[in-house]
Amino acid sequence: TFSFSFTAHGLTDEQREFQKVAFDFAANEMAPHMAEWDQKELFPVETMRKAAQLGFGGIYVQPDVGGSGLSRLDTSVIFEALSTGCVSTTAYISIHNMCAWMIDTFGNTEQREKFCPQLCSMEKFASYCLTEPGSGSDAASLLTTAQLKGDHYILNGSKAFISGGGDTDVYVVMCRTGGKGAKGISCLVVEKGTPGLHFGKKEKKMGWNSQPTRAVIFEDCAVPVTNRLGEEGQGFNIAMKGLNGGRINIASCSLGAAHASVQLARDHLLVRKQFGETLSNNQFLQFKLAEMATKLVASRLLVREAATALQENRPDAVSLCAMAKLFVTDECFNICNQALQMHGGYGYLKDYAVQQFVRDIRVHQILEGTNEVMRMIISRNLLTESS
Amino acid sequence: MSGRVLVGVKRVIDYAVKIRVKPDKSSVVTDGVKHSMNPFCEIAVEEAVKMKEKKLIKEVVAVSCGPQQAQETIRTALAMGADRGIHVEVTGKDYETLGPLQISKIMAALAKKEEAQLIILGKQAIDDDCNQTGQMTAALLDWPQGTFASEVSLEGDKIKVVREVDGGLETIKINIPAVITADLRLNTPRYATLPNIMKAKKKKIANMKPADLGVDITSRLEVLRVDEPPQRQAGVKVETVEDLVSKLKEAGLV
Repeated sequence: TFSFSFTAHGLTDEQREFQKVAFDFAANEMAPHMAEWDQKELFPVETMRKAAQLGFGGIYVQPDVGGSGLSRLDTSVIFEALSTGCVSTTAYISIHNMCAWMIDTFGNTEQREKFCPQLCSMEKFASYCLTEPGSGSDAASLLTTAQLKGDHYILNGSKAFISGGGDTDVYVVMCRTGGKGAKGISCLVVEKGTPGLHFGKKEKKMGWNSQPTRAVIFEDCAVPVTNRLGEEGQGFNIAMKGLNGGRINIASCSLGAAHASVQLARDHLLVRKQFGETLSNNQFLQFKLAEMATKLVASRLLVREAATALQENRPDAVSLCAMAKLFVTDECFNICNQALQMHGGYGYLKDYAVQQFVRDIRVHQILEGTNEVMRMIISRNLLTESS
Repeated sequence: MSGRVLVGVKRVIDYAVKIRVKPDKSSVVTDGVKHSMNPFCEIAVEEAVKMKEKKLIKEVVAVSCGPQQAQETIRTALAMGADRGIHVEVTGKDYETLGPLQISKIMAALAKKEEAQLIILGKQAIDDDCNQTGQMTAALLDWPQGTFASEVSLEGDKIKVVREVDGGLETIKINIPAVITADLRLNTPRYATLPNIMKAKKKKIANMKPADLGVDITSRLEVLRVDEPPQRQAGVKVETVEDLVSKLKEAGLV
């Protein structure tokens, strides 16, 4: 296993135990199926429930509602390891975790008790609904309305690109209860089966094929006021707080893919011969491999630092999460892409895993806030800080 | 039967690692190499924990002999459900020469000290493949042994063991106390869960040295040399049956 000591460096004994379980689970339960899940577009419910039994359904959710109560760093280590088995499935598990955390953190007692235990066990699955056809990066301009009528909100509008949409049970929806902009947005939990909740067609994607992606459509969909998380107008804040952690999770998934890809490339270089010797004797490839490994280690350090900053609620946490997401998703995509190149023609075949790592992590540079939006966040924080 | 089970767990180089021999041919490279619990020891732990869950036994004690890092292996056993651990500290040259005879003396001494009724070990370790410790431990204690177990069940005050042998499966009944060694098909070890890993932190690991148990761990063996397996030689293609027979005769094989 490639420089295992690097992945475990700086971790406590307990974190190494978490990592070991996650690596073992990835190798035994996910890696053998990752190609099939991708090619047949299967949502591996049973495998994810097995993961939930180990505590992976609500890793940073509090234990009183069924979560594992671990830190953001523990979480990053776990998702990085799971991703080596299947990026797409791990990324969905991380989105599910983000939603469970939002309800755990901003929900009242009734909401936490109603939703969190079933999400932590993955008896029910969750989806995060912010993006709309007309509002991606400009998330605060979202148009889905929630009009108060008695003890229900009536939702009208549609969400786009929703991971798990149509197959999941609990939808955490950002919608407009008030005026324009971020301050008019609230967060509602909508349950599958609610009249007026519809889904679009399943999207055909370049990667992330083990999770279905659909539009989520609301047509006079009545949601009880008791399903609102936090106060009216707090929704955007809840969404962004969820995304800080989500960005660390997605970056961690990219790390796992890059780690696996460097291993695959290294093994290929030791076996493939051209011009009378193994590719590993070629200086260009040696240097390229060294660069890939160096950037992987640098990426890992940045993600883990961001995770620690978020856990400790440091003032620089938001910037660090954005930096980690920006740097790591870009670098790791380049690493996986380079690993594919090192495989030559074989890298292009679906018989080889490296192409799936490339396809699966490409979207990490786009979702949970594009890498362009990450630059907006970082520069804004730099330009508005007092000194 | 109610009581205490000792489970031996060995820290070995992970099965997935490509083993490299040291340049001085004295042993294999272990520095910086990924280590894990011997897979057959995982199966042994799983069997003990299952017995405890069925309330057939009261306590599972995980034992490992070696340097500080052996505690990681004990922690894994605790995370799988063992109740407490015993770390018998052996370091340096002593650790390099530690083998089945020394381990079985330690296990026998611990079995007496802990008043254990059952010892479950892996059938062999994947590094040295000795397949001796279980058998030697039983001999030292004068206990019956059920080795290569693919099925273990309690029947009153006896243990029924189905053993995997060359000819098939052999079923035996042995008295308690006994030594069992776990074979591949005995069970599928559970993953440690995150909550159990955290609970394991609170479980106790006792520390001791072989001398505390009155055990002499001097080795009677000296490793002269460690070599890589010979490179596979290229074969030769022949055109006719006559060629094949003549080549076999040349090689003195017919």
